Amino acid sequence: MNAKPRGIRQTMSDLHIWTGLLVSWILYAIFLTGTVSYFRDEISVWMRPELPAASHPSAAPELAQRMIDAMSKTHAPGGTMWSIRLPTPRDPTVFVFWRDESGFASATLDPASGARVSARDTKGGDFFFSFHFNLHYIPRLWGRWIAGVSAMFMLVAIVSGVITHKKIFTDFFTFRWGKGQRSWLDGHAALSVLGLPFHFMVTYSGLVTLMVLYMPWGMQSVASPEIQAAVTNEIRFKLPAPEPHGAVTALTAIAPLVQQAEARWGRGSVRSVEITKSADNGARVAITQAQSRRVSTTPRYLVFDGVSGELVTAKEHSGPAAETQGVFYGLHMGRFADLMTRWLYFLSSLAGTTMIASGLVLWTVKRRTKLADPQRPYFGFRLVERLNIATIAGLPFAMAGMLWANRLLPLNVPGRAECEIHLFFILWALMLFHAALRPPKRAWVEQFLATAAALALLPALNLLTTTRGLPGSLTSGDFLFAGFDLALLALAATSLEIARRTARHQPRQAKKRRRAGSVGEAT
Amino acid sequence: MAGSFLHAVRAHAPLASRIIAALFGGYALAALTSVATLALPTNRIDAIFAGMLASFLVYTAAIVWVFAVRSARRAWAGLLLAGLPLLAACAWGGQGLSV
Repeated sequence: MNAKPRGIRQTMSDLHIWTGLLVSWILYAIFLTGTVSYFRDEISVWMRPELPAASHPSAAPELAQRMIDAMSKTHAPGGTMWSIRLPTPRDPTVFVFWRDESGFASATLDPASGARVSARDTKGGDFFFSFHFNLHYIPRLWGRWIAGVSAMFMLVAIVSGVITHKKIFTDFFTFRWGKGQRSWLDGHAALSVLGLPFHFMVTYSGLVTLMVLYMPWGMQSVASPEIQAAVTNEIRFKLPAPEPHGAVTALTAIAPLVQQAEARWGRGSVRSVEITKSADNGARVAITQAQSRRVSTTPRYLVFDGVSGELVTAKEHSGPAAETQGVFYGLHMGRFADLMTRWLYFLSSLAGTTMIASGLVLWTVKRRTKLADPQRPYFGFRLVERLNIATIAGLPFAMAGMLWANRLLPLNVPGRAECEIHLFFILWALMLFHAALRPPKRAWVEQFLATAAALALLPALNLLTTTRGLPGSLTSGDFLFAGFDLALLALAATSLEIARRTARHQPRQAKKRRRAGSVGEAT
Repeated sequence: MAGSFLHAVRAHAPLASRIIAALFGGYALAALTSVATLALPTNRIDAIFAGMLASFLVYTAAIVWVFAVRSARRAWAGLLLAGLPLLAACAWGGQGLSV
């Protein structure tokens, strides 16, 4: 029953390979969509080119007052709840939502006038963000559990990968170029080791963001609803539910309240102003702090009496474990990051994505040398190989395709935002068919070429279909649009280079069949 | 046919046992951890957060343990042994909880 005991490195290597392989396709998709989500706001702005470019909005107190006035006079006079999200350097518009007799509604407002601005119907960067942990076309709860299980597998793959790696320090400085499997192994190891703290942090903190779902037992064993509410209150700010009837009346001036908040936290520190009708027929005004102010995301807010303007509650402290949670949550989301840190996030996360991709490719490279007949591999090998192509090369193509849909779909298509998303999945499915039908090497080259073309032509499409094309955005200082188009070109060049290298690649066993056996034993 | 099936079951039983120990035994240990921290001398909110934060590390360590040891039996024994003090802590920390 017991086979000869094997070394720890061998068992950990097996654990690493199989936990990795089982979830790597979904992990790759989670990582890549998560990577671009560090620029979620920027993607949303780029996908709504009608909205005004970033301006210098007035100070928060006046701005908040102007928006509240616009809400109470024009947009939602009968509201029992109003919520106003102030503009940021990354998102120049005001997002409002409210609740009245007919339910919830939302709108985007011009910070200068308080008037409604309309843009094309799109989910923008929110789609990639949501797909990153909810997936799509399945209930959110399933998506979150699938993402959670994948993250646990990833954590195990990281730990077992480190144990497997016997010379972690030496190999750090080792790279054997052009040596087939050894190069893939060195590349996979370099990407993993260089980014190890990031990969571990981002995987663990990903679990932390949804830990109330995955590990509710401590909370559930405490029967007190107050304590349960206090726990969720350390994760995200949630307004008390508004009274269902009647409108907010006799509201105090909002500007002085925002001023008080800025006096406590600093200028530009207010994220949102939320007003609810309270049970005593008055109102409550909650002012929340921007998450760009600190790493931790534990909510910081002030609650005022909406009639007298008196401060009712100030939430400005959390316990050590609650704050630890907030720091991990914050590290995962990177909302505190300035532009430079955001790019570092993007690149580290891209390294993580590439690490997963190289692990997947390594699985096939290692087994290809042992195939009895390289022309006719067994089913499992073919399955992994084809799924690799459709995931690693097909997903970026589909993502670029969604940006094309955003520019090309007529503005009056009903359910336009959903159509963009359907097109994304249709394109991805087409890539799967393509990968299944073409010879593998051709499929790799063609899909990376298609991705390169789709990305490279996006700035041209943007120039033709909007007034914010690259030449104009560069000269007028529209940095978001200019940066976005330039980033697309850089990603296109990367895809092209991968396609070029794949096309020129000669499989090693064709040249040196004799050495194949000795190469195959590496871990 | 039946013989070869039995043979296959016998050959793969230890691995299947380990996989079950890793997935479900590991989760059970993590869940116990998330409740056991209620015995910590701190307020309930921090204790709950400490438990949730620790649970994923315990889960990871448990899975690595299950595949690192010599046999499936040892894997289960290790999980049970680690679970006992956690269970005691749960009982200790749970006193007066249902108020």
